Amino acid sequence: MQVLLFLVAGMFVGYLFRYKKSILATASTATTWSLYLLIFLLGISVGTNDTVVRALGRLGVQALVLSAGGIAGSVLVSCFVSRAFFDVVRHEK
Amino acid sequence: MKSSLIILGCLTAGILVGVLALPPKTFLDLDPTIYALNVLLFLVGTEIGANTRVWQMARNQNVRILLVPLSAILGTFLGVALFSVFVPGVGFRESLAVGFGFGYYTLASVLIAQIGGKTLGVVALLSNILRELATLLTAPLLARYFGRLAPIVSGGATSMDTTLPIITKSVGTEYAVISVVNGVVLTLLAPVLITAILR
Repeated sequence: MQVLLFLVAGMFVGYLFRYKKSILATASTATTWSLYLLIFLLGISVGTNDTVVRALGRLGVQALVLSAGGIAGSVLVSCFVSRAFFDVVRHEK
Repeated sequence: MKSSLIILGCLTAGILVGVLALPPKTFLDLDPTIYALNVLLFLVGTEIGANTRVWQMARNQNVRILLVPLSAILGTFLGVALFSVFVPGVGFRESLAVGFGFGYYTLASVLIAQIGGKTLGVVALLSNILRELATLLTAPLLARYFGRLAPIVSGGATSMDTTLPIITKSVGTEYAVISVVNGVVLTLLAPVLITAILR
């Protein structure tokens, strides 16, 4: 939960500086680089963990199956929602 | 697309450094990821807070539009719950947490790694990058066979930025607002849902 406090604090600061484009551009660049750094660090902690390294191929397959499930479910539910609520709008236009 | 490939590159480089060079144990014991995570979340927060579209949407009163992110949430829940049967290595709640990243791999991977462990963090990273890549590649097909909301819900949280161009190309610019609202709502709810399901 503590991490969410940093997120909310950031949202507050971002809102205050929403018209200061140069500050926001700097923040955006910093976000990108700290993301790369973080993923790199995550990679290191994965690489130093023998159990995880041996399972990497399997993790990729697991990831693929889960994203397929998420996409398939969302798309099918959106079909029903689209027919029930959004096609009506198109006829109204 | 380009940035998710760079991310995959960073992950691979990190793994190789970890496997080959074995960084000093004292450095790893400091757990540098938690500091990097707090900084990153703060910075991501400033981007959300400064995004005037988010606050415009918050004032937008059309409730029906919320059915789109709602169907993404419900659909992701059902789809991942069903498909998690084929992933015996990852628990039910852990699978749902991965799914609730909605393609927002920046946040999902680090948050899940922190709460649910490094291994699950890697699954979350790969799975959510794949959701974005798959949407970028299949948006026109999804729109053709499953309706104009399909590429939007497939994009999940990314439908407000990285997948927005391909979505408007596939379903028309008049759906851009729906796409942005969907992305904004899922971006805001992803950390909340992930924390809720893993705690």
